[in-house]
Amino acid sequence: MIDFGFHITPSGTLNLDDVDQKTVDTLSRADYGFRTCIACGSCTASCPAGVFSETSVRQAILSVLNGKDEKALRLLSSCMLCGKCLMVCPRGINTRHLILSLQKQFEG
Amino acid sequence: MAKNIIVIGGGPAGLEASARLDALGYTVFLVERDNHLGGHLALWDRLFPSGDPAEPVLRGLVSKTGSTKILLESEVQTLNRLGKSFRISLSSGVSVIADAVLLTTGFDLFDASKKEEYGYGIYDHVVTNADIESYFRTGKDPRIDNPERIGIVHCVGSRDEKAGCRNCSKVCCATAVKQACELKAKFPKAKVYCFYMDLRMFGRGYEDLYLKAQKEYGVRFIRGRVSEVSEKIDKTLQVKAEDTLSSTPLKVSLDLLVLMAGMRPSKSGSKVAKMIRLDTGEDGYLSVADGFTGMQATTIPGLFVAGAATGPKTLPETLAEARAASALIHDYLKG
Repeated sequence: MIDFGFHITPSGTLNLDDVDQKTVDTLSRADYGFRTCIACGSCTASCPAGVFSETSVRQAILSVLNGKDEKALRLLSSCMLCGKCLMVCPRGINTRHLILSLQKQFEG
Repeated sequence: MAKNIIVIGGGPAGLEASARLDALGYTVFLVERDNHLGGHLALWDRLFPSGDPAEPVLRGLVSKTGSTKILLESEVQTLNRLGKSFRISLSSGVSVIADAVLLTTGFDLFDASKKEEYGYGIYDHVVTNADIESYFRTGKDPRIDNPERIGIVHCVGSRDEKAGCRNCSKVCCATAVKQACELKAKFPKAKVYCFYMDLRMFGRGYEDLYLKAQKEYGVRFIRGRVSEVSEKIDKTLQVKAEDTLSSTPLKVSLDLLVLMAGMRPSKSGSKVAKMIRLDTGEDGYLSVADGFTGMQATTIPGLFVAGAATGPKTLPETLAEARAASALIHDYLKG
C-alpha cells in the first residue's frame, strides 16, 4: 500500500457483537461469583499493589466481560495474592481464586 | 343514614380504599372511566420481586369491595363543593352528592414514542415494559420473534429533564430486572443486556432479585444510557451507549429492545383535580397537605388522595396509602 504519510486511527468503540464469550463462560461455569460484581470499587481501593501500578479486580472483571482478556491479565499482573480484595468484596466474590484461574487459563 | 363517599379511580388504590370504607359501613361509589377495574395492574402479568402472578392479586382486591357501587365507563364531568359536601356528575348521566371524595387516579405510562431516538413505533423490534407484560399474558406479539440478543433500557421517560420527566419512576429498575429474568427464562439462549444509570433496588427482596439476575440468569448490566438506536437492513437493531465503567463507547446488535417507560402524572386525574381546584406540583402530581405527615390529606377539607396520583409508588405502597386514606376519611366523617 502506498504510504500517504498519515493513517486512520482504529475505532475505539467496543463492539459487543465481536466479544468472544469463551473466558466469560469458562469462569462462569467455575462459579467464583464474578458475574455478581456491582462495580463498587472496594477491591481497587484496598489493593496494596494498586498504589504503585494499575491493578484493579473490578476493571479486570469488566475487561473479561468486554472480551478484553489481555487487558484483564495486565491489570492483575502486579497482584501478590494478598487477598485483601476478597475480604472487602461485599458480594463475596472469590477474587483470589478468580485471579488465579484467569492467569492459569492463559498460561502456556 | 350512611354517609356517601366517592372514590375516583378503580385501580388498586381505589379498590382497596373502597373495600375498607365499605366495611366501615359507608356507601361507596367507585368511579372508573375504563370498562374494567384494576388500572395498570389488570394489564400486568407478574409482579416484582417475587414474580407472583398479578391476576389473583387483582381478583382478591375486587372480591373485597362488598357492596361498593362500581360505576364503570364513567368519566367525571363536573366535581364541585356544595357547602361541606361534594357534587359529582358523570358521563353516564349519574350524579352523586357525597360527604368525602378520595382521588385514586394513579398514573399514566410515559409514551415511549416521544423518545424518538429509541424508535418505538418506528422500528419493528422495539417494545415497552407494558408490551412485555401483555406478551407474557397473551403469548402474542409479532415484534418478539425468538430473540437471541435482548436489550433493556432503563429510565425511559424518567430522570430526563428534556423529556419533561425529572422524577425517578421508582418501579422500573425492579421491573427491568424482573423482565430480564423472565425473558431469559423464556429464551434461554438469549443474551440479555440491561442499560442502567443507577440500579435503584430499594425494597425488600429487590436486591435478591438483582443478585439472581446476575448469578442465575447471567444478565449483563451495562452502566450507561442508550443514546441512539438504529435499524439495520435485516431489521435487527444497532444500539449505542457508553460503558461508563470503562469509559468506552459501545455498540451492540440486538433482536429485541425493551424500553422501561416510566410513570407520568395521570392526565385524567389532573383534569379532575382542576375541577375541584386542587393544586398540582411542578412535577404534575397532585399536591398533598404535608409531604411527611399528611400524605393522604389535601388542603381541601373532605378531599383525600392515595396511590400514584401523588407520585410514583410501588403496589404495596399504594395499597398501604389506600388503607391510610380510609382511616383518615373515617376520622373526618366521625368528627
